[in-house]
Amino acid sequence: MKDMNEGYITPDGRQIGGVLMELKNITLKFGGVTAIENISFDIRDGEIRAIIGPNGAGKSSMLNVISGFYIPTEGEVWFKGYKRGPMKPYEIARLGIARTFQNIALFDGMSVLDNIMTGRLTKMKKGLLAQAGWWWTGAAREEYENRDKVERIIDFLEIQNIRKTPVGRLPYGLKKRVELARALAAEPKILLLDEPMAGMNVEEKEDMCRFILDLNDEFGTTIVLIEHDMGVVMDISDRVVVMDYGKKIGDGAPDEVRNNQAVIDAYLGVAHD
Amino acid sequence: MPDQLVYAMEVTLNGLMTGVLYSLVALGFVLIFKASGVFNYAQGVLALFAALTLVGIQNGQVPFAHMINAMTGGHLTDFGWHIPAVIAILLTGVVMVLLAIVIEKLVLKHLVNQAPIILFMATIGMAYFLEGFGDVMWGADIKTLDVGLPQGINETIEIATERWFGYGFFIDNLDIVATLIAILLVTALTVFSQYSKQGRALRAVADDHQAALSVGISLRFIWILVWSIAGFVALVAGIIWGTKSGVQFSLSLIALKALPVLMLGGFTSIPGAIVGGLIIGVGEKLFEFSIGPMIGGATENWFAYVLALVFLVFRPQGLFGEKIIERV
Repeated sequence: MKDMNEGYITPDGRQIGGVLMELKNITLKFGGVTAIENISFDIRDGEIRAIIGPNGAGKSSMLNVISGFYIPTEGEVWFKGYKRGPMKPYEIARLGIARTFQNIALFDGMSVLDNIMTGRLTKMKKGLLAQAGWWWTGAAREEYENRDKVERIIDFLEIQNIRKTPVGRLPYGLKKRVELARALAAEPKILLLDEPMAGMNVEEKEDMCRFILDLNDEFGTTIVLIEHDMGVVMDISDRVVVMDYGKKIGDGAPDEVRNNQAVIDAYLGVAHD
Repeated sequence: MPDQLVYAMEVTLNGLMTGVLYSLVALGFVLIFKASGVFNYAQGVLALFAALTLVGIQNGQVPFAHMINAMTGGHLTDFGWHIPAVIAILLTGVVMVLLAIVIEKLVLKHLVNQAPIILFMATIGMAYFLEGFGDVMWGADIKTLDVGLPQGINETIEIATERWFGYGFFIDNLDIVATLIAILLVTALTVFSQYSKQGRALRAVADDHQAALSVGISLRFIWILVWSIAGFVALVAGIIWGTKSGVQFSLSLIALKALPVLMLGGFTSIPGAIVGGLIIGVGEKLFEFSIGPMIGGATENWFAYVLALVFLVFRPQGLFGEKIIERV
């Protein structure tokens, strides 16, 4: 067992910090259906943590618990060493937890730039009246500074050429990238990605992998991701939680998980010889 | 220049001014519809309520005077002061914001994630409630509203047109002021929604609630903001219509005139509300002027609705509305 506060060093030499978020005995029920049953795991500062499992295992529900869209029936969420009370999703977003959605939730009527700018809303402090003052109250400067940060993210994700395009017109792969950009614009402590590569072709997947690794490396963002592509998961994540029917059946480094018999049976299929 | 053409010009000008007033009412609808996908049936009553409150505050009326008198047997009517128009308008603005907060707390909050039709029904309920509430609060009698807006024929225009065409146009000063106010209001609202961070948040909420929550937008704050703005627009519409034709129940019916404007311009477009209002304003006046006499007149009552019907058949999303194309 690794020390809770010390962190560890990954095979590729990255230093992973102490526990950033801890989920303790989370249970989530919808009426009679138990989506998550007594699951505990931790997320460490700077790591890429994957949640995998067959369809309907409760992975997205888990992500929704972390981002506050669902309130767990039982269990506690600890963030930065404090127990998190029942909060609204927008309050949790303001704590520094950003997310993307499985079925892309962008603002279709707005341009790519405006969409990403909404990610900066939590960072912009000027109120309604100050906005009306514009130059006089410094609201203009605030807007330009935040615009600057957004431009950097646009460069980083290589979407300069679609900056002014309304999001509704973009192809699927680019929408996914804009959604990532918006989440990134909030400079989150933890970034939650719900199937960031679903429905992408090989090239788009490779791009997305590169972005995830780069942003983890460059900004030190902790990433929690759900993904179906086993190759991708094993390649990029530091530790993997495996879920099946709402229960945790494995947790550890990709290699450990790969060799775990329960995981092989449940997720990769029972071996017949 | 032939007389008929000169008359037609005057009619067109007057139509444009009336159109601006229609646009003003339609604008309130568009704002709420854009931000929350709700068709706010109470918009007209909101204008009536704003106008009633403004008159009441201005004349120092005691709110709920009838009710208090009935219960205590007193004879309260007013506080005996007269508040300057500017301050009264500001106070009414505050009342409209409070109303927005109450609406969010008592109604909208409990209807999150409900279908738009449910919210629409809720606004119908609110309309009837507010109508009665306004009566109880300020009395049901017809009131005159005077906040110092100029009224009567504009002589400069009359003299100028007399010199050019040999016929003086009748243009009401109030209509000119209303046009200026409407232009200011629309510019301010457009700048707000396009360039301010709250405007951006507002558009975000209109597009996708979940995504808006995920970037840290409080739906509650946005709804209060939207209803406050709608209340503010209603106040402006209430002031102008109230000055024009007195503060009375029929004021709330101007909302009906906004419907064809919305169908024409599109429910989601601010420029659409403006252009739609102008087209209907000019259209109904010109139609009455040219075709009216042939078919017995009174065409203004139905022209707008028929035009809207034609639009529904050929261009259901309106002139500027978003055409929703579902990708399959």
